[in-house]
Amino acid sequence: MWKVSVSPHVKSGESVEKIMWTVVACLVPPLVLSIFIFGIQTLIITAVSVASCVAVEAATQKALGRRVTIGDGSAVITGMLIAFVIPPGVSPLLPVLGAVMAIVIGKHLLGGIGYNIFNPALLARAFLLATFPVAMTSAWLPPLSDMAIFSYLGTPIDAIATATPLAVLKTQGLGAFTDQFGVGANLYTNFFLGWRPGSIGETSGLLIVLGGLYLLYRGYITWHIPVTVITTIGLLSWCFGSEGLFSGDPLLAVLSGGALLGAFFMANDYVTCPTNKTSQLIYGVGVGALTVLIRLKGGYPEGICYAILLMNPLSPVLDGFFKPKRFAPLQGGAK
Amino acid sequence: MVSLLTFPKGGVHPPASKGLTENLVIEVMPVPDELEIILGQHIGAPCTPTVAPKDAVQEGQVIGEVTKGLGVPLHAPVAGTIKTLGMSGHPMRVSAPSITIQTNKEVPPAQYSRCDWQKLSKEELLAKVHGAGIIGIGGAGFPSHVKLSPPPDNPVDTLILNGAECEPYITADHRQMLENSKEIVEGALVILKILGIKKCFIGIENNKPDAIKAMTEAAAAASTREYTLVVQPLQVKYPQGSEKQLIQAITGRKVPGFALPSAVGVVVHNVSTAKAIYDAVVLTKPLYEKVMTISGKGIRRPANLLVKVGTKVSDIVEYLGGVTPELSKIVMGGPMMGFAVSSLDIPVTKTTSSVLFLAADEIDTTPHSQCIRCGWCLEACPMGLEPKEIALYVEAGRPQDTGQFGVFECFECGCCAYVCPAKRPLVQFVRLAKMKAKR
Repeated sequence: MWKVSVSPHVKSGESVEKIMWTVVACLVPPLVLSIFIFGIQTLIITAVSVASCVAVEAATQKALGRRVTIGDGSAVITGMLIAFVIPPGVSPLLPVLGAVMAIVIGKHLLGGIGYNIFNPALLARAFLLATFPVAMTSAWLPPLSDMAIFSYLGTPIDAIATATPLAVLKTQGLGAFTDQFGVGANLYTNFFLGWRPGSIGETSGLLIVLGGLYLLYRGYITWHIPVTVITTIGLLSWCFGSEGLFSGDPLLAVLSGGALLGAFFMANDYVTCPTNKTSQLIYGVGVGALTVLIRLKGGYPEGICYAILLMNPLSPVLDGFFKPKRFAPLQGGAK
Repeated sequence: MVSLLTFPKGGVHPPASKGLTENLVIEVMPVPDELEIILGQHIGAPCTPTVAPKDAVQEGQVIGEVTKGLGVPLHAPVAGTIKTLGMSGHPMRVSAPSITIQTNKEVPPAQYSRCDWQKLSKEELLAKVHGAGIIGIGGAGFPSHVKLSPPPDNPVDTLILNGAECEPYITADHRQMLENSKEIVEGALVILKILGIKKCFIGIENNKPDAIKAMTEAAAAASTREYTLVVQPLQVKYPQGSEKQLIQAITGRKVPGFALPSAVGVVVHNVSTAKAIYDAVVLTKPLYEKVMTISGKGIRRPANLLVKVGTKVSDIVEYLGGVTPELSKIVMGGPMMGFAVSSLDIPVTKTTSSVLFLAADEIDTTPHSQCIRCGWCLEACPMGLEPKEIALYVEAGRPQDTGQFGVFECFECGCCAYVCPAKRPLVQFVRLAKMKAKR
């Protein structure tokens, strides 16, 4: 028997699975580093998160009578990203709830992969922030200095909890920030390498940027959204610094919070970002501007999660407005 | 180093896969016992048979005429007897009316001699092109004499010969350019004379350096004070050989939607069509043979063959030693735009440029999944369309609303489906949309 199908009969070697598992691979280095920054519980939280996302996806697809597609790697990414955006000191049971929110409501009830309006991982984070406000805003751990990755295990969180740089900056001002995190090259180096309090996977600017560059090299992502998000955050933070106009520190703003993780791995999520390149530039500026607005004027120290969630539903609107340039539109105009 | 031209938007780089046949000299396949000549080989109304069963026919004799509308006559590829007027298998239309000829192998092949075509008038030349049944044999099958009579309100100043051959596997035009470069160039001179213009570009993709060299030499020899023929090397990028893309690459002009190339002063012919026009005008030989590439891991002996129009694929397979056990899919035409067939009982037409016998590892049959909105199809589309939206609308049961995404500008090159990581059959969705969408 010979096969028949509509052309083309040859296809590029790319596949959804290949893309997703490559992204997973790019998220592994920040995860491994987080073990050495915050201790072994980051691995436990991530493992629980990934396992629950995969299990919930399989169960939901079964229940909805759809093909089970846990092998495509997308649930694994969601699981890793949920863990990456929550504090390292939370209970490992938190991501289980996050997984239910992300996969059942955020993904499959909306139609499954490709049809979700909001980034599932960030939806889970917003949900956890609303339901566990104390844990999600206080379970921050100070970075380990001696690679004692088991030292936080079993210690009550109240005894070790600290605050994130953005929170210190917001609530206590620049003076307290400098006292706690230092100044100059030392500060930038620590922040760039990842040695600062923060969410599990967001702290290492170096490894996140390297992962993002690899995805760029593979052609899986384009520069449009990461570059616009990062430059907008940098520019606006510089303009509206705490000491008056043009007094902000753009580099610090980009290295703080989840700016880099959001710019390279979340804002440009295929499904929830626009597809047209012009739309992507506007979308990236929007994410950056909302992030800075929330950081400066909002109730939370970090804003990129909500910035992306707020821009997500605008994607189809932007794509409806900016259309690709047609080679030869039909005369008289197509409808 | 000449700079390589290309079209600016979209396109893909599928593996060329031409190594199986690009160095094989065009081989004349022995005439099979029986030929099935399909009546509708060109765009337009099919021919009406002018012969009846049991009639004896000579090689090159007219056996079908166009009675109404666009079209060209059909000729007997061999001397023989008409067996039946019936139906034959067809790659696109499943089955189509045809004339079956029983070959008479006693009769020697017809001989054609050179005529002094330079003395003929424009009208006489056009009549020869029409009378010889010439159509665009690059694929579309558009009657050539129509292309050579552009409307008077669109003055044409440039002829482009299309030697891009951007479809993977196919090497028929490549071999024609190497082995028949002088004839192709003389065919171009005939076309230039008919059109009354002076300038001809020959566009060839840069992965055929030997063809570029041969054609450059032939073009230089044929160029005179009056006529300039220039070979223009092109970047290797699919669909470089698409008419609109080729015109833009070489002249920078954009053919508007639904308009013919003459709207921007250009006429495009395939290099093999130029060879056929040479045969028709210089040798007074009608078009009833076809150079085609038989390739893929599924055939024992890949080859470039000169076959009679009407030869069945099964005869070709038998001549080339049969198929291999790996054979998984048979495609008439190129792997990007060709038609998969389920039977070998299909005759070759004037526009069949290849039959590919593809093994499982040469094709992709992964089942498709949901669109992940990666937008790669938008980047790949040379026409600036939105394949993903068309597909989503069709899936959602709204094919009638896809006109807004330019579904009728789509020429089904397949770039979108080639790059789609979810393996979505985007060309199939487009065809469904075209059936229901409002223009």
